[in-house]
Amino acid sequence: MDAEADLQQHFDELIEADVRIEPRDWMPEAYRKTLIRQIAQHAHSEIIGMQPEGNWITRAPSLRRKAILMAKVQDEAGHGQYLYSAAETLGISREQMLHLLHAGKHKYSSIFNYPTLSWADMGSIGWLVDGAAIMNQVPLCRCSYGPYARAMIRVCKEESFHQRQGYEILYTLSHGTPEQKAMAQESVDRWWWPSLMMFGPPDSESSHTEQSMAWKIKRHTNDELRQKFVDMCVQQAEVLGLTLPDPDLAWNEERGHYDFGEIDWDELYRVIKGNGPCNKQRLDLRVAAHDNGRWVREAASAYAAKRDKPATPDRDNPATPGRDNPATPERVA
Amino acid sequence: MSTSADWPARRQGSEDPSVADEGDDAQARRDRGAEPWALFEVFVRARRGLSHNHVGSLHAPDPTMALQNARDLYTRRQEGVSIWVVRSTDITASSPDEKDAFFEPAADKIYRHPTFYDVPDGVQM
Ligand SMILES: [Fe+2]
Ligand SMILES: [Fe+2]
Repeated sequence: MDAEADLQQHFDELIEADVRIEPRDWMPEAYRKTLIRQIAQHAHSEIIGMQPEGNWITRAPSLRRKAILMAKVQDEAGHGQYLYSAAETLGISREQMLHLLHAGKHKYSSIFNYPTLSWADMGSIGWLVDGAAIMNQVPLCRCSYGPYARAMIRVCKEESFHQRQGYEILYTLSHGTPEQKAMAQESVDRWWWPSLMMFGPPDSESSHTEQSMAWKIKRHTNDELRQKFVDMCVQQAEVLGLTLPDPDLAWNEERGHYDFGEIDWDELYRVIKGNGPCNKQRLDLRVAAHDNGRWVREAASAYAAKRDKPATPDRDNPATPGRDNPATPERVA
Repeated sequence: MSTSADWPARRQGSEDPSVADEGDDAQARRDRGAEPWALFEVFVRARRGLSHNHVGSLHAPDPTMALQNARDLYTRRQEGVSIWVVRSTDITASSPDEKDAFFEPAADKIYRHPTFYDVPDGVQM
C-alpha cells in the first residue's frame, strides 16, 4: 500500500471508530477545506452577530437589562474568538480569515442581515436566533474535528443563558401592557421565518450535507434540525401567549411532528447574495471597527517590541533603556 | 512555521480558490496594521487541587496582554483560579502524526498495571 492510501485508511478508521481527528493528524484536503470554510463562517457569524444587539445596549430599558445584554454581546465576541482559534489549527491565519470576511469573500449567517427595530427584538433574537443556533450547535459538540468540538462545548455552555434571557424579555412584554404585548408579537412575526432559514437550504438542495455527515462533521440534516426547532417553539410560544406567524402550523399525529408552511427560499438566497436589508451596513461597520482599531494594535505591537529590546544604553537618549520594562533593572543614573 | 501542538505549518499551494486568495498574506497583514501578533496557548487551573488544563489559544502582542485577554476570553464565569499562557512556538510536541511508534514501547509492558498480578484469594489489598 502506498503512503497516501495508508494515511487515508488510518483517517477512515478514526472516523469510523468515532474518535476525534486532531490538528496534526493527516486529513484529506477536502475535509480540511470544508472545516475551514464552516468554522470561519461560524466565527464570522458570531462577530457580525454582535451588531444587531449592540444596537440596543444604550437604549436598554433598565440597568439590569443593559448589564445582561452587554454580557451576552461579550459572549458572542468570545464565541468568535474560540472559533477563529479552532480554524487556525487547520492552517489558515486569523489575518487571512478577517481579510476574507472584509473582502466579502467569506459568508456569515444571513440572519444578522435583518434589522433590530424594537426592544422586543432583543427578546426574539435570544429566544429564536440563539435557540436555532443551539439546535445547530449541540450536535457539533460531537463533531469529528477535536478543536471544533471543544470550542462548541464551550459555546453551548454559554448559549443557554442567551436563549433564556431572550425568552424572559418576551415573557415580560407579553404579560405587560397591550402595547408591550403587541410589540412582542410584531417582533416574533418578523423573526420567525428568518430563524427557520438559519438551518440552511432544504435537504433536497443541500449539496454538502451528505459528505459532511460521512465525515461526522454534521450529525443531522438541515431539515431534521429545523423540524426539531419548530416542535420546540410551538409550546414555548403558547406559554408566551404569542402566535407564530404561520397559518399552516398544525400537529401531525402520523408524523409525530408539527407541519409548517412553505419557507420563502428566494428570500434566503436574496439575503445570502448580499441583498438583505442590512448586508452593506453590517460589513461596513465591521471594516470600520477594524480600521479604527488599527492604531491600538500598532501601539500594542510597538510597546511589546520596545520591551523586548535588550537594554543596551543609548547614548543619545539616556532615558530609554529599560524604562518601561519591569523585568529590566533601572539604570542607576 | 512553528512547533506548536495545534498549529500545523502553513500549507503551500492550496487549490481552493478561497484559500489561495487568502495567500495574499501581505495584504492581510496591512489590514491588521502590523506584524501578526504571536499565538499563545492558554492553560487554566479550574480550582485549587487541579492542574492547569489547555483550554484554547489567542493572539496577543506580549505575554502580559495574553494573560489579560485570556482572563476575558476563558474565565468570564469564574472558570479558573490561575492562568498560564505559553507562546505556541515554544511548545515542542511529540510527533506530527499521533499514530506513529513513539508510544509503542509502553504497549508491551502490561506488568506496569496492577491487574497483571495474581493476588491469592482472601488477602485484603
Ligand atoms: Fe454565540
Ligand atoms: Fe448566543
